[in-house]
Formats: sequence, C-alpha cells, structure tokens
Amino acid sequence: MKENIISVKELCKNFGDFKAVDRITFDVKRGEIFGFLGANGAGKTTAIRMLCGLSYPTSGSGTVAGFDVMRNGEDIKHHIGYMSQRFSLYDDLTVYENMKLFGGIYGLSKMQVERRSVEILNQLQFKSEINTLVGSLPLGWKQKLAFCVASLHRPEIVFLDEPTGGVDPVTRRQFWGMIYKASSEGTTIFVTTHYMDEAEYCNRVSIMVDGQIKALDSPAELKKQFNASAIDEVFRSLARGAKRGE
Amino acid sequence: MTGFASFVNKESLHILRDKWTLLIILIFPIVELLLFGFAISIEIKNINFAVSAPHRTEAIRKQVEQISSNPYFTFRGYISGNQVDKELRSGKSDAVVEFSKDNSVLIALDASNPNKAMEGAGYLQSILMSGNSNASETTSNLSSIMPETHMLYNPQMNSAYNFVPGIMGLIFILICAMMTSVSIVREKETGTMDVLLVSPVKPIRIIFAKMVPYFTLSCINLACILFLARYVLKVPMSGNLGGVIGISLLYLALALALGLLISTVTSKQITALIISGMLLLLPIIMLSGMVFPIENMPAALKPLTYIVPARWYISAIRKLMIEGLSFKYVLKEFSVLLTMTLFLVALALKNFKDKME
Amino acid sequence: MMRQNAIEINGISKNYGTLKALDGITFNVGRGEVFGLIGPDGAGKSTLFRILVTLIDSDNGSAKVDGMDILSDYHSIRNKIGYMPGKFSLYPDLTVEENINFFAALFHVTLQQNYDLIAPIYKQIEPFKTRRAGKLSGGMKQKLALCCSLIHKPDVLFLDEPTTGVDAVSRSEFWDMLLELQKKGLSILVSTPYMDEASKCNRIALINGGKILDINTPDGIVNNFKEPLYAVSGTNMYGILTATRREKEVVDCYPFGAAHHIVATEHFNPEFLKQTLEERGFKNIELNKTKAGIEDVFIKLMHTQ
Repeated sequence: MKENIISVKELCKNFGDFKAVDRITFDVKRGEIFGFLGANGAGKTTAIRMLCGLSYPTSGSGTVAGFDVMRNGEDIKHHIGYMSQRFSLYDDLTVYENMKLFGGIYGLSKMQVERRSVEILNQLQFKSEINTLVGSLPLGWKQKLAFCVASLHRPEIVFLDEPTGGVDPVTRRQFWGMIYKASSEGTTIFVTTHYMDEAEYCNRVSIMVDGQIKALDSPAELKKQFNASAIDEVFRSLARGAKRGE
Repeated sequence: MTGFASFVNKESLHILRDKWTLLIILIFPIVELLLFGFAISIEIKNINFAVSAPHRTEAIRKQVEQISSNPYFTFRGYISGNQVDKELRSGKSDAVVEFSKDNSVLIALDASNPNKAMEGAGYLQSILMSGNSNASETTSNLSSIMPETHMLYNPQMNSAYNFVPGIMGLIFILICAMMTSVSIVREKETGTMDVLLVSPVKPIRIIFAKMVPYFTLSCINLACILFLARYVLKVPMSGNLGGVIGISLLYLALALALGLLISTVTSKQITALIISGMLLLLPIIMLSGMVFPIENMPAALKPLTYIVPARWYISAIRKLMIEGLSFKYVLKEFSVLLTMTLFLVALALKNFKDKME
Repeated sequence: MMRQNAIEINGISKNYGTLKALDGITFNVGRGEVFGLIGPDGAGKSTLFRILVTLIDSDNGSAKVDGMDILSDYHSIRNKIGYMPGKFSLYPDLTVEENINFFAALFHVTLQQNYDLIAPIYKQIEPFKTRRAGKLSGGMKQKLALCCSLIHKPDVLFLDEPTTGVDAVSRSEFWDMLLELQKKGLSILVSTPYMDEASKCNRIALINGGKILDINTPDGIVNNFKEPLYAVSGTNMYGILTATRREKEVVDCYPFGAAHHIVATEHFNPEFLKQTLEERGFKNIELNKTKAGIEDVFIKLMHTQ
C-alpha cells in the first residue's frame, strides 16, 4: 500500500467573502500521476499555490511531502519541483547556466549540478546544446528541458502547471513519456492541463468546480460514472453547472 | 459619433479612468509651483550672522555690537576664515561678515532664500557703512567703500517667480511628449494597434486622436499655472499674455511631435518611458537654464544648450512674463521653436509606418 | 460567373533572420468555407495571418483577399475584412458596450444597424454590457472580440487562435457560433492548435515549421492514413510503451490518452503482441484496431518532415 505524499483535509482559501477554495479534501499517493483539472476561475491555481507552500490556507489542514501546509510552507518549497507554462527557464541564459541557477537555488553543490546536468542532457540527447541560449530553442525543447530542470534536485513531487500548452503533438508525447518515466522511478507528478486527452494519462483525476472538488477517481471510473466515452465529456457535464466564470 | 470624435472620446475615457496618472498630470504642476513659491518665503524674521575677523580690533567689535543690537540680527559668534562655508551650509548662519587684514569687508550670504539674502545684504551694508562714518580718529583706517557681497548657492538669484518658466518648460514636455509616446506605444504593445490598423481608420488619425486629450490637459495646466503665478505668487505678468500663450501653444505642438517621434522608434512602453526620461528630463533640468544659468556653464556644454527646446522656451517666457518685454524681443526664440517643431513633425511623419514591422 | 475565392495564397514565404517562419505557403479558401489552419505554436500560423490581413509584408509570393491584392490594395482589404488576433486585443478599461460602439464607429456603422448579425453571440454578453472588458472571463472576452470583428458585416473573417486559453465548454460553443456565421455567408479562415477542432472545418491545412504538411477535408486527411493502426492499454502503461516500441513490426508507438496508438507494418500480428506483453507480465492487455484521427496523421507527417 503506497503512502500518501499529499494529504489535505477541508482546505479553504478565502479572499474576503470570496471562497476561492472551498473545503477540498483529497490524497495523492507516492509515485502517482495525479491530474488536477478545472475551468479557469474554479480555484485550481489558488489550490496549487497552497500545496506548493506559496500561500497559506485560511483553514483546514494538510501535508505535502511530510510538511504542514499551514506552518511549513518554506520547507515544502525545498522538497518540490515546479514548472509552469508561463515561466520555466530564463531565455537569456544558456541551458547550462539555467541548470546552475536552479541547482544553486535548491542547494545542490557544484559537483552535483554538473553530474545531474550531464545525466539529463544525455537522456534528452541534447548535450550539443549545453551552451545554447534557451531563448533560441524551439518551444517543445524548452518545455522538456524545463521539466528536467524542475527535477534537477530529485524532488519527491513535481508540480506541473499547464506544461504542454501549444506544443506540437510529437513533443507533447515525448514530454509525457518523460513524466511516465519519472513516475515509474517513484516521483509523484501533480499536473494541471487544458488538454482533456492528457487527463487519460493520469492514474487519477480530480475536477474542480466553483472552488470544490466535484469528481475524483481514475479516468476509467469517471467515464463509467458519467456514462462518457472521454474525459472531455465528463468535464463538460460538470463545468456546465458552474456558476463562476462569467 | 464620427470616427475621429469617437476616437478622441475613447482616448479621453482611457485617461479619465487612469486616476493616478490623471492626478499627477493635473495636480503635480500646481503642487510644484506652490512649493517653490512658498518654500522661499517673503517675510524676514531673523537673520543669523557670524563674523570672521583675524584681527579683532575695537572698531570691529563695535560694529558687531551695532549689528547685533538690531532686532533682526542674531550674532552667532566669531568663526575662523576657513569655517565660513561650513557655517553657511549648515544653516547655523544666514550671513558671515569677513573682516580681512587689509581692512576690506566681505559679506557672504546664503542666497537660497534670495529675498532674505537681499534684505540681509542691504541692512548689513548700510550698518557697516554708517558705522564707518562714526568711526573715531583712531579707527579711520577702516575702509569706507561699499563692502563686497557674495550671494552663495543661488547665483541666478532665482526667486519664486523665476522658477515659473522653468516649471512650464518641464511640465509641458513631460505631459505631451512622454504621455503621448507611451500611449501610442501601449497600443502596439497590447496588440490593439493591430486591430486598429486593420480597419478603415487612417493611421494618422489614430495619432492625432491621442494628441487631442493631452493637448487639452496641457492647456488646462497652462491656465492654472498662469493663474497661480499671477494671483498667488504675485509674479508681475507684466504684459503680453497673448505672446505667452502663443509661444506656449507652439511649445506644446513641439512636445507632441517629439512624443510621436519617440513612439516610432520603439514598441515597448518601458522603452518609451526611459527615452522620454533620459532624453527630455535630464537635459531640460541640466541644460535649459532652468536651474543653472547658461552663462556659467563650461564652454563645451554651451553649444549643447542650443538644441534643447526648453532652453528657448524658458528664455522666451522669462522675457515675456517676468521682464515684461514685447513680442519682438522673442522673435529669435519663436523662430527657433517653430523650425524645431516643423522638423520634428516632418521626421515623425516620415518614420511613421502603417505596417507593423 | 464563378465567384472568386475568398482567399488565394501563392508561394508566401517569410524569414526572420535565419529562421524560416513560412516557406512557400500555397492554398485557397473558397467562398462560404470554414477553413482551419491546424498546427502547434511556432508553426507560422500567426505570421501567415498577419501577412494576409496586411499588417506585415511577406518576403516572397502573393495573395489575394476578397479579390484584392495584399500589397497593392491593402487599404481596401483593411476596410472590409474582419480580424480577431491571437491575444485579447480590445480595451480592458472600456466596458463591453464602449468597446463595441468604438469598433462600430471605426467602421462607420452602428451596433443597431448590424445587430442581427451578431445577435446570437452578443446576446450572451449583453447582460454584462456595462462591465469593464478586462473583468470578463476568457470565454466572454472571446465572444466580445468576435462581435467586434463582425460588427461591420465583413465577407471574410480571420480568426487567429480564437479558442486558445479558453475553457472546453466555451470552446465548443464558439465553434457552434462559427458554423452559424457560415450559414449567413461568411468565409472564415481560423487557426487552432487543438487537433480535435479540425473536424469542425470544411477543409483544413496542417502546418508545422512554416510548411504545409497536407490540405484536405478532415475526412480526406484521415483517409490518407493507410498504415494499420492499433490501440493498446493495460496496467503499467509506461512499461507497455517501451516494450511495444521494441517489437519488430511496430513502426511507431505513442501515448494517446487511455490507450497507446501503434502504427504497424502490414505484417503486424496483434495477437502475437498481446501474447508477448502478457508473457512479460503486463496485465489486463486490450489490443484493438482503431481508426486514425487528425492527430495521428499530424504525427506521421511530422516524422517525414
């Protein structure tokens, strides 16, 4: 029985009267690929920020990688990796400079950074680009690289916030191949995405509507439950009832 | 609403809904004007003075006594010759009377409050002079010529109203050039310019529609400044109000053309802001004669001042508003500004492209 | 007399330094057609759009929009077409109403004049007409932008990634609106990175790296996929993926949601693979033939690029 690496109970975040996140409760097991879905404005981003130690909950409780979300936000940050679509790497630094930077931020020694960088670049078959400015790389490569950099310090959990937006189908799949591999090696992946077919890659999926979790199960079970042939349909039936997003 | 009118309406809405910027544009000039005006107060209550006298003769001590018996003066003590600057800078004294060995007298005054300095100099001079004529036989070797006065820290004797042309020169360029250029570049940066270009509206109309509200705001500022200068700061406004307004309107047009030119060289708001700041603010403050008199500048810098439009504007406004001269005395400034404006407009229009690259 | 094409593109190329953003693009969009330009970020979709709406010039080639040349006639083109650029480019500090009225005035029309055309869309945002545009949700902004691009009754409409960043519900609603507009006679060129939206167009062009990979109806594109295609799933999807890739008769195997897709040679034996996987310890193997979709075609064409 795999342990829970994320465990939250009745987590809330209020902004004045507005309940951005309204009592969410769920667990994520170690090594799982967990999909966190929801429409814009449903509260996804706010929830993730709490799990990453970036924002303190208004009420409720939870632990991430063994640290309390209420009190140990700083510790959580040391033990996770994070990658988002909007920002991943610095365009005006080279591949290696980015790795040095983020390695340093997560407290890796110079030798560790060197070793890990070589490992990653060999894996990606990207060694020749070690001194290329990230800004001149195609989008797909940037994203694959960003995922590796987020995992540079071998975190227990990696949070991916809409990681594959706009990328071509081949690169997207290569990216998911990397996620699969990381998961098989024991890293837990917490991912949000707009691509409903990517929800199918996850072991379990949760769908947020109006600040609450309205569905949580494996993709297969959700489809059965909602009598749908694709997660897309499940999502749309839940999202249509949403009050937010007007 | 016609196309152009609806454009001007839209621009006005943008400005009105950006409350902070609007506040700065309208209130800032007034605040600046009032600060300069009242920081330099007119009333003289008390003048602190110190004396430097290596040979403290009886005559000198008598003069010092005489000065300090005047209720306006407070004697701070004797200081040594090399402490004079420190004494004045620290604000401990407003004036220092230096009696040197050869019996000449020098009065050094802190002129940052020029009115105070003028009054103080006048008093001291008259006391020292009358003191001389009362000198006894034994001290008749004291000089009876006018003591030399040095006005320090404010060589132009800029009083409150001497700053008004400078403020006008600065404010109008800031509002018209900086704000207009940023407004045009904002449309490029946010992508709305794309949509505007793919429409029947002529691109040049987009530009003029943006200039209208900023021009209007500047006219409001002009009116406020003139009103305040006349009635609150009591600037003489000796005549030729028409000339002042006329040349100001020309200066506004120049500033707008500058704003347009800046907007054609960049597509990022931050760059437009920095260019306006570096290219306009700094030269105006340093080289326009607003703060530092041009006559006192190093020879190498003087030619540079000729290309700063504010220099010509400030000079013209000083002549018209403060010295009360008639318009024919500012024809030179007027022609220079006119030429500059036409040149900038031509350059800006040439640079302006109706495609996005 | 046959009505001319809505859009004619001939050999359009565009370079940015050493980067070939567009390379010899050629295709036509017929009157009343909904034509989809399908491709990922960086494929050149926005660059092509900006050339066609006359915002930038191409390096080579020519094009006609509504019968007018993009170089010599660009003023006329700008007066007539509707354009909705990639990111939200309306005024966030103006209200819905103010935005619409402004754009109407720009085109010398009024909202009242052309209300009927945009009514089905505008009615959805009309309740919020006094709200600042910046405070609308993604889906609402998109509807507003669409209204503003239609307000002057254009014949040809250019929509550059109108559904990107918008939630799934609004996306499908948007396409419904486009098909309604088509019924009113508009010709629409629309770009999207979402392959599943391709099936809603009359014809599509697949584009990647500045080049057109294929042009056809969605069915035509898919029917050209001749290789055998299978779907495989089971527990331990990653293991199945790597194991399947090693098999001799497997040309390509890639993740595809709930199952992996296998592109096989004609000698492929599905039973054999199923056995092999089960022998390797993978459980609950399901292996079935499946029909190719646009994405499968895109992946195949990318590999041959």
